Amino acid sequence: MIKVNQLNKYFGDLHVLKDIDMNVNRGEVVVVIGPSGSGKTTLLRSLNILETPESGEITIGERSLDFSRPQKKKQLVEFRKQTGMVFQNHNLFPHLTAVQNVMEGPVTVQKTPKTEAKKKAADILNKVGLGDKLDVYPHQLSGGQQQRVGIARALATGVEVILFDEPTSALDPELVADVLDVMKELAEEGMTMVVVTHEMKFAEEVADRVIFMDQGTIVEEGTPDEVFHSTKEPRTQQFLQRIGQ
Amino acid sequence: MKMYLSNLFTNPDMQEKYLDIFTSSFLPLVKGALYYTIPLTLITFAIGIVLAVITALMRLSNVKFFRGVARAYVSIIRGTPLLVQLFIIFFGLPSLGVTISPFYSAIIGFSLNMGAYNSEIIRAAILSIPKGQWEASESIGMTTAQALKRVILPQATRVSIPPLSNSFISLIKDTSLASTITYTEMFRKSQEIAAQNYEFLLVYSEAALIYWMICVALSFVQDRVENRMERYVAK
Repeated sequence: MIKVNQLNKYFGDLHVLKDIDMNVNRGEVVVVIGPSGSGKTTLLRSLNILETPESGEITIGERSLDFSRPQKKKQLVEFRKQTGMVFQNHNLFPHLTAVQNVMEGPVTVQKTPKTEAKKKAADILNKVGLGDKLDVYPHQLSGGQQQRVGIARALATGVEVILFDEPTSALDPELVADVLDVMKELAEEGMTMVVVTHEMKFAEEVADRVIFMDQGTIVEEGTPDEVFHSTKEPRTQQFLQRIGQ
Repeated sequence: MKMYLSNLFTNPDMQEKYLDIFTSSFLPLVKGALYYTIPLTLITFAIGIVLAVITALMRLSNVKFFRGVARAYVSIIRGTPLLVQLFIIFFGLPSLGVTISPFYSAIIGFSLNMGAYNSEIIRAAILSIPKGQWEASESIGMTTAQALKRVILPQATRVSIPPLSNSFISLIKDTSLASTITYTEMFRKSQEIAAQNYEFLLVYSEAALIYWMICVALSFVQDRVENRMERYVAK
């Protein structure tokens, strides 16, 4: 489903992604962990072309992008449509209600008729447990509810891959579970997911594979059991110890 | 001054005369406002907003040429007096064989002015929208144009209402400068009336009063609009 080949990204002199290779199969849940500054968020954002890598290749579904060549804006837009993104601070549209947030993609991008899009958006919001909050503005929702609207918005365009960028990091502890439950449910339904998170328990329970990144490289990857319980790399061990795992 | 005031307070004949002048000038002045000042303001503000949005987008564009043109336009308009601009358009251009009526000269002059000043307001408002809003729009597959139209500009509008109201109110008063290029809006009307009865203080004060009333009414509208726009903002 996703294939990343020799990806490199620089911020000025800082080499944040170093020859990254990564594969994600259809229906797989991959959790990316690592210390801050390890490049995990940059990798995730590159998959949605919110960052433009300097070289390397990303294939998602049928489409490939080779970053060593200049890209046409239109190609990038088309490429992006294959993935949905859930942001750390949800980035909901504050001037739109919950249901309007979720409809926005289908209506504006896919030209779905409004009544149809609204019905579908209501269904999705219902599914994430917000069927009673359709006409509420984001600021009237709790952090966990906002993030679930964010997930619904990412789902609404019918994408096959959803990228999660630390979806629970900005939440109060008691709200985290609601969001993780929704993600778990998605995983069970067979959604392909790449999740950057610090929720190790979620990684253990839900992930098919865990990737540990440090200083712009993938240091170790494997099943949650392999990475958490029979850790091979000292750097991974150090990290897991530090976060108390 | 003593005479004038003592007449105003004690002499019934003078009181009646002033009241007479006041009431007889009121209708022509209000007419001047309704038929000339307000339409000129509305038309130029509308054109000015369109110009301002285009200029703001040009200044924010990736194309160096657009940025340069927009920057030069704003710099020239902001760097020269409005009165001088109006004189160039109305009295100057005929030397090049371009003769424009007072009305259209005023429209062109004020619109160019509004476009330049308001473009800075709109540019700042667009820049004030968090980057995450662009990213969220792009992540659901929007093009830059779609993101601007559906997400960024609606939010930027809310941010720019207070400063735009300010510039609208300035414009209403600035239209009095059109009197200098022979456009008979409210202030020129008051000049004509005062030229006949020599009651400059009374007639000009009356004109000032009407400008003030219009601005008070507008501030009221501004509050309503702002309240409406605030509905999605956390209090």
